[in-house]
Amino acid sequence: MNTTLTIARAEARRIFASPLAWAVLAVLQLILGVFFVLYLNAYSEGAMMSADQYMGVSDYIGGGLYSTANVVFLLVVPLLTMRLFAEERKNGSITLLYSAPASLIEIVLGKFLGLLSFVLAAVGLLALMSFTLIAGTHLDLGRIAAGLLGLLLMMSAFGAGGLFVSTLTREPVIAAVGGFGLLLLIWILQAVGQSAPQTIPFSQALSYLSMTGHFESLRRGVVSTEDVVYYLLFIALFLWLAVLRLDMERS
Amino acid sequence: MDNEILIEAQALSRRYGPTMAVSELNLTLRKGDILGLLGPNGAGKTTTMKMLAGCLAPTSGAVKIKGISLAEEPKRAKAHLGYLPEQPPLYPELTVNEYLRYCAGLHGVPRAEREDAVARAKQACALNDVAQRLIGNLSKGYQQRVGLAQAIIHRPPVVILDEPTIGLDPIQIREIRALIRELGHRHSVILSSHILPEIQAVCSRVMIINKGRVVYAEALNRSAPARVESVIVGLRRAPDEAALKNIPGVRDVQTLSNGQFRLAVAPQQDPREALAEAAVKHGWGLTELRSESKSLEEIFVELTSGDAAAAETLKEAA
Repeated sequence: MNTTLTIARAEARRIFASPLAWAVLAVLQLILGVFFVLYLNAYSEGAMMSADQYMGVSDYIGGGLYSTANVVFLLVVPLLTMRLFAEERKNGSITLLYSAPASLIEIVLGKFLGLLSFVLAAVGLLALMSFTLIAGTHLDLGRIAAGLLGLLLMMSAFGAGGLFVSTLTREPVIAAVGGFGLLLLIWILQAVGQSAPQTIPFSQALSYLSMTGHFESLRRGVVSTEDVVYYLLFIALFLWLAVLRLDMERS
Repeated sequence: MDNEILIEAQALSRRYGPTMAVSELNLTLRKGDILGLLGPNGAGKTTTMKMLAGCLAPTSGAVKIKGISLAEEPKRAKAHLGYLPEQPPLYPELTVNEYLRYCAGLHGVPRAEREDAVARAKQACALNDVAQRLIGNLSKGYQQRVGLAQAIIHRPPVVILDEPTIGLDPIQIREIRALIRELGHRHSVILSSHILPEIQAVCSRVMIINKGRVVYAEALNRSAPARVESVIVGLRRAPDEAALKNIPGVRDVQTLSNGQFRLAVAPQQDPREALAEAAVKHGWGLTELRSESKSLEEIFVELTSGDAAAAETLKEAA
């Protein structure tokens, strides 16, 4: 456990010591800021709608902005996960972990926890952006919190998937592209499932496995155990695959 | 216990697809030993070291570190191990201090002792001047030293160094050699190198590997004079071989041309003095007397050049 935390701390330090993390956070903040303004603008223009169509500003932020944020995160997370194993392998520093008294599980968990520090930073910045509205309006904080939790889980799941792809190769760029491909594929499973429910076999199962569906309820403010467990299982699965893959590599 | 066995490898083999990188390698290292691993490029030195350090699982065979199996209890075994790979495993975005502190933690140095361990390692590898700098901005030589500091920070009983002096200037090489020699007092060290004088200067034992096989493994005795293996003697009025063979210390006689003989010498003996006396006494007319002993370089070339390797394989096949 101690080893895991040591690795996690060092990983977090390295993520924030590199310009990449700051550049990514800056770009994220800029793009999400623009979306934030667009959504607010759209909301203030649509505020005249009739009572039964009425949507709270928290819905707009939780529903609109956070869904958009998800897509942006999907593009960004592989850029960070590529460093975890592929880059370390390329510059040889992975040997430090292999020759240290640390099990593969500790290594993978440590790396993942280190990555979570970045996930928290990204989601935290987005949360701060939403909270600026507290000054001018009444925000449904529970709803916002559910949305943020959803984002956190979603991004952690992206991280786990990306981490796994990162263990497959020694080229950081391939790890990034592969990670992006894997995440997008799981993302669009729902579209596959829904496009032709009759002709595509297992379409129900496919859309159930897609990550998008499980975000839907969280975004609407419903924290259901089922969805949370889905993300946790997703994370566990890919971390476990990463451990298996590293074990294969050694022998 | 002074001759405690620290590292023991039995019948270690590693296969990469159809190629046998290392085959049936046995190795025992006691406390205080410095073992030099020699071999031409691609002989399997790095593979061997990777397996000893637990970075690569052997196809067959077992490694024990301080009696702990590396395969069964990797965490406990690796705690006694320091490893500097060919390419030092550094994080360019960290400072030397940050990096060494991390390595100390990773190798299980308790928090309270970490600063001491870092200070000691920096002292040993002369890194105090660059402690606050980013590793990525250091020269190759300094990076190599940071790698070395990383390998000894937790004072492991076994230190494995893959070409530790590569990329260093002559003064640094001397410093690193002195450091390795010092390490050898309390730890046991395995190092690989292409540089023969380096091995001769530092190591107490040498192992030559060629094509994945151990072809030579001997203790190197630096303080004693080079062992006499044979003596060439030239005599104007040569006696018959039996007379030469009677001289104490001579094991065998081989007649060369022009009254020259090559006398094989019994182990640990030097017949030269007795030979000169006998030559004077019997009036053989001594014209030449010199000893032949093989230097490490000759042994190395002989064992690893193409012919010898081919002969080796033939023997194997027969």
